[in-house]
Amino acid sequence: MANNFARLLTSKRNVGILSLVGAGSLTAGFLFNREHVTAGANVRRVYPASAEYPDLRKHNNCMASHLTPAIYAKLVDKATPNGYTLDQAIQTGVDNPGHPFIKTVGMVAGDEESYEVFAELLNPVIKERHNGYDADTMTHPTDLDSRKLTSGQFDERYVLSSRVRTGRSIRGLSLPPACTRAERREVERVVVDALAGLKGDLAGKYYSLVSMTEEEQQQLIDDHFLFDKPVSPLLTCSGMARDWPDARGIWHNNTKTFLIWINEEDHTRVISMEKGGNMKRVFDRFCSGLKEVERLIQEKGWEFMWNERLGYILTCPSNLGTGLRAGVHVKLPRLSKDPRFSKILDNLRLQKRGTGGVDTAAVGSTFDISNLDRLGQSEVQLVQTVVDGVNYLIDCEKKLEKGQDIKIPPPLKK
Amino acid sequence: MPFGNTHNNFKLNFKADEEYPDLAKHNNHMAKALTKDIYAKLRDKQTPSGYTLDDVIQTGVDNPGHPFIMTVGCVAGDEETYEVFKDLLDPIISDRHGGYKPTDKHKTDLNFENLKGGDDLDPNYVLSSRVRTGRSIKGYTLPPHNSRGERRAVERLSVEALNTLDGEFKGKYYPLNKMTDAEQEQLINDHFLFDKPVSPLLLAAGMARDWPDARGIWHNEAKSFLVWVNEEDHLRVISMEKGGNMKEVFRRFCVGLNRIEETFKKHNHGFMWNEHLGYVLTCPSNLGTGLRGGVHVKLPKLSTHPKFEEIMTRLRVQKRGTGGVDTASVGGVFDISNADRLGSSEVEQVQLVVDGVKLMVEMEKKLEKGEAIDSMIPAQK
Repeated sequence: MANNFARLLTSKRNVGILSLVGAGSLTAGFLFNREHVTAGANVRRVYPASAEYPDLRKHNNCMASHLTPAIYAKLVDKATPNGYTLDQAIQTGVDNPGHPFIKTVGMVAGDEESYEVFAELLNPVIKERHNGYDADTMTHPTDLDSRKLTSGQFDERYVLSSRVRTGRSIRGLSLPPACTRAERREVERVVVDALAGLKGDLAGKYYSLVSMTEEEQQQLIDDHFLFDKPVSPLLTCSGMARDWPDARGIWHNNTKTFLIWINEEDHTRVISMEKGGNMKRVFDRFCSGLKEVERLIQEKGWEFMWNERLGYILTCPSNLGTGLRAGVHVKLPRLSKDPRFSKILDNLRLQKRGTGGVDTAAVGSTFDISNLDRLGQSEVQLVQTVVDGVNYLIDCEKKLEKGQDIKIPPPLKK
Repeated sequence: MPFGNTHNNFKLNFKADEEYPDLAKHNNHMAKALTKDIYAKLRDKQTPSGYTLDDVIQTGVDNPGHPFIMTVGCVAGDEETYEVFKDLLDPIISDRHGGYKPTDKHKTDLNFENLKGGDDLDPNYVLSSRVRTGRSIKGYTLPPHNSRGERRAVERLSVEALNTLDGEFKGKYYPLNKMTDAEQEQLINDHFLFDKPVSPLLLAAGMARDWPDARGIWHNEAKSFLVWVNEEDHLRVISMEKGGNMKEVFRRFCVGLNRIEETFKKHNHGFMWNEHLGYVLTCPSNLGTGLRGGVHVKLPKLSTHPKFEEIMTRLRVQKRGTGGVDTASVGGVFDISNADRLGSSEVEQVQLVVDGVKLMVEMEKKLEKGEAIDSMIPAQK
């Protein structure tokens, strides 16, 4: 049941960006040509751009690297049709000069149109973050045909668990940094409605953060499913945690292998996971689950934010394209102490994290190993990269166990 | 400017009911006052600078309640907020400030000569004395809403004004983003340095944006008169010294404030003030005088007396720990200050502190001697 928020029922291949302004008028435009984006209402400005330009001298993030005074001056008067402005988009990067270990992105999108209206800043940021991907000229491949995955079963003496996650945004509704309470509640309604239609091994239940019982909360904590209000200033400074916990919740299937977060950092985060090394089954479920959810929202007249240049549109530019992080928890006691470990990971286009996720340390010698890339390669390609890479790492570990030497593999194409 | 309140008109596409916040588990002044009707009535309004109802209430929506005190749960983005959103703010002001009515007038009295006594608090008990207030500069929006350009303009104007001070007030400005390590160390040792707010009450209101841009500390050479620029308010003005000479602290406070105000007026930017609300500040709790006058005082026996809370209530004072708001007392030393801000003058509020602390010290001495204090318990002031 559609409300006065426009959504186009289009197939995924047909790019239709819509903007809703004022009294419900519907404008569908093909957004390759930036001039077609309707600017929103006037941004209130009292001072010239030079007086407003942020002090980024001590900053080290992608936004700070690319926000010249000229680009700032050009974009600062613009707003998306929803009224989202440049200053809002960059606030998190202004407030958080740099992360000790990684170069953060330093900006977010408030809505789908942000990627067009602020393209002059976002495209260089995307290029830096995604290995030279040129959003002006390149196209991103989407491929959720999990049958193409080969060798997706790991040695379970090493791989403890397998997981694939991504995000999806509902077209026509603003993203977490910008959404109003009503929009956020609409996202929850649309998604929960769709999820209620899942059947078989995907059938499950929704737990709203506002109304879950103590028992439900404890169970979700024990299952390691519960997410809490973000504490990272990278997230809170962009306004994503406003009105917590209104319209936030967790859905999972009865077998606890398919899980969806609603209205955390993105409209939805979709996670397929299980203990052990059957990445093939995890990815199968990931793809079929995603496709089924998409079908269900389309029945009601909604669709995901997606376009040919940027793939799936998410809040953080680092998650564009596939938004996919496929990974395992794997025991690598010998390899992890080898001085060549980092280089091997680099060449395999993999990254390591601690078992608590981003910004955590490894416990014992169990590592979270996942794909580095998100944009420019398809889901199938990225999961294959993880499968091939992890198999290689396990092979190295086995060689080291036997006292044999290992080789640094040649670097994969980025 | 807080986020997500992108363009207010866009939100009007949704019905008031759909946007109304879920305040079921909330306990703050805003949650008490914001009915659905008031929300519906005010949601399409904006101040001339574009501050909206959702901007006003965001901090109260994000922070359901404080464990110890009833928080206000809303802030002003500019002077006009208190007019445009009267229907919400008047009941909150009344609730917070002892029934203050929309028609009441607030008296300002910064004539230090009207204070009686205050120079004889026993320094064996009263370790330090301090008076602080805030000031907003007319014509600029407030910390929850201002842009970088505006905040920098406030800083520029403030530093210019402060640099004209001479005599006992001659001093120096230390911007947060340029101070040397040595300066920072010294300011920490003097207990002057303020840091980026961590309280979610402040963060959710957007006051810490762009930190530390255009924030700084100014103090005089004697380190007895201090101004914070662009923390929770445009200016926080503090007069302090060790010992119990509250009279002198208050004199310096009044004289210094008046000097600063003259300079701002010369630049056609006086302080935000009106005869109903007194001095206009970011948080409705600081309206009126915005004044907190207090001492650090040793009251180990009195503080454990069963009537301690009642005595303070009657004296119209409140206690805090020696770290300020939301801290605990250390070693029986309490921060005792005036509870009121709006509806009584600066002189009246400091008089209450002076008289109250004097009485409490006498009670402490009596308790030390093992004597009862029941006959000393005052009537409600």
